[in-house]
Amino acid sequence: MTAYILQRVFQAVAVMIVVAFVSFLLFNFVGDPVDNMVGQEASFEDREAMRDSLGLNDPFIVQFGRFLGNAVQGEFGISYRLQRPVAALISERMPATLELVGASAILSILLGIPLGVYTGIKRYAMSSRTILTLSLIGVSLPTFVIGILLIYVFSVNLGWLPSFGRGQVTQLGWWSTGFLTVSGWKAIIMPSVTLALFQMTLILRLVRSEMLEVMRTDYIKFARARGLPDRMINFGHAFKNTLVPVITIIGLNVGSLIAFSIITETVFQWPGMGFLFIQAVGFADIPVMAAYLVLVAAIFVTINLFVDILYFVVDPRLRVERTVSAGGGE
Amino acid sequence: MSDNPLGTTRPENLLHRILDSDIFYSFIRSPVTVVSAIVAAIFFFAAAFAPWVAPHNPFDPATLDLMDAFTPPAWEADGTPNFPLGTDDQGRDILSTIIYGSRVSLIVGFSAVLFSMVIGVGLGLLAGYLSGWVETIVMRMADVQLTIPAILVALMIDGVAHILLPIHLRDEMAIYVLILAIGISDWPRYARVTRGATLVERNKEYVSAARVIGVHPVKIMLSHVLPNVMGPVLVLATIGLALAVITEATLSFLGVGVPPTQPSLGTLIRVGNNFLFSGEWWITLFPSLALVTLVLSVNLLGDWLRDALNPKLR
Repeated sequence: MTAYILQRVFQAVAVMIVVAFVSFLLFNFVGDPVDNMVGQEASFEDREAMRDSLGLNDPFIVQFGRFLGNAVQGEFGISYRLQRPVAALISERMPATLELVGASAILSILLGIPLGVYTGIKRYAMSSRTILTLSLIGVSLPTFVIGILLIYVFSVNLGWLPSFGRGQVTQLGWWSTGFLTVSGWKAIIMPSVTLALFQMTLILRLVRSEMLEVMRTDYIKFARARGLPDRMINFGHAFKNTLVPVITIIGLNVGSLIAFSIITETVFQWPGMGFLFIQAVGFADIPVMAAYLVLVAAIFVTINLFVDILYFVVDPRLRVERTVSAGGGE
Repeated sequence: MSDNPLGTTRPENLLHRILDSDIFYSFIRSPVTVVSAIVAAIFFFAAAFAPWVAPHNPFDPATLDLMDAFTPPAWEADGTPNFPLGTDDQGRDILSTIIYGSRVSLIVGFSAVLFSMVIGVGLGLLAGYLSGWVETIVMRMADVQLTIPAILVALMIDGVAHILLPIHLRDEMAIYVLILAIGISDWPRYARVTRGATLVERNKEYVSAARVIGVHPVKIMLSHVLPNVMGPVLVLATIGLALAVITEATLSFLGVGVPPTQPSLGTLIRVGNNFLFSGEWWITLFPSLALVTLVLSVNLLGDWLRDALNPKLR
């Protein structure tokens, strides 16, 4: 158990170092950082002095070490575009993204799991087939198209919901929340639905296929033969055993929600990290890009790590297999 | 796949063999699949022969007339049959821009899939067949990349390439950059599947036999193992095409994809989105509809192919 967790932690750290290295390369070698800071008419001597004071003449390894040290402390330099510390920019934008991602995750789980169980149990019912076909359409609808359609219907035609922004936000310490005002709630409806739809269809299809798989097993047939009520079989025996892969996917999906929030935030001009990132890409604002990359990777890696450990805790079979085939590859 | 049961004679003619196969039977039995195949075929055809199929050439400034700008679709009060789906802000025919746009989208999609397939299948074959440290390195690389969603990887590569390229080359190179970015973002899926299938094939007798009689390992991999792992790879590639088209559209929508001078469906949607509030809905909604229809039909084909090639579901 300890060995397994240690191995995972080690892997997570390795991933983070690779990502940090990539963003370090970005930071130092894509474009000349000095060019971005001094004016056009700065002399050669001025530039060299600048390089020295920034430590750009130090050996490569030293520079990378310093970058890592700064990154761990959340220090990513000054945004080229906005001339403000990147750390402040990101912490300002983070609550908006996290609220959006949280709302979408809850929405997709609350809708996806029940629908998946239903279509898994009533496999041949007309309603299940309809839900499945609709879910395939959901997979094929790109996030931004869903957003545009929602805006067209609910903002342009009906005028019920705002098409951009977070509405009125309330400041709670450093966290700004939109959940305390009516306009905040109205503003989050369309972005969260847009973001949740794709994840919901994934969860739905996964839960369904896992349910179908479990329903074929002997112990379910046996439970039926014993005359257990359907409710018991479906939820007490079948659904419980689908949870391992479902937890994994939901965990990993929170990561991709953060990635896809870039698109949703752009469509709805939601003032979150993703919108900040896209603007940074447009302006070649490297410090912001590098910081976002490192931050998002850190979130993904942490989630992956937790999911791996959770997996191990939830499924006792994994523990047995590990001890049996100790040392044997995957 | 189309295993011939013992005792029956195999029809010689290729057409007969296709018509006689299990795959074709399951294809013709599924109306949804037939319809989506037809829709996809129409898209491919229109995209391939865009200059002949499209009613106008939307990128020839000589044929454009600003007086035609913002014409609504033909069935609306101010529409004309000359522009069936209306025109955009520069008087370009929407139907024609969609046809040319799908051409760009599909070129990027197919090339990106091909690119990631070559990398992924190649590395997967090597990893599965050679095992040892090659396998460890390749699979760890795939693991690391899979930690980060593909769209983000593509966005990152695309963004960096934009910065690295000199300004006058950016628009010209945009399509190649996109293909590279989307292709690299998707290779781990192919590598994983290929490695898994190769591990199974590697221990079969025909591979051992080939090894024993001294066939070169590269030849074993390419002409013996590869054909036997292509089934699952093809399924991935079909769904991968839908994914690549969506990714391309998304990047173009975000403004880091192909430039407006050579628009893909995503660029058209992005440009049209600016006119949504002033009531010119057709400029953005028709390209969106085209994109969704294309992706949906390819997805449905992929779904069917996966089931048809999966012996467990027979």
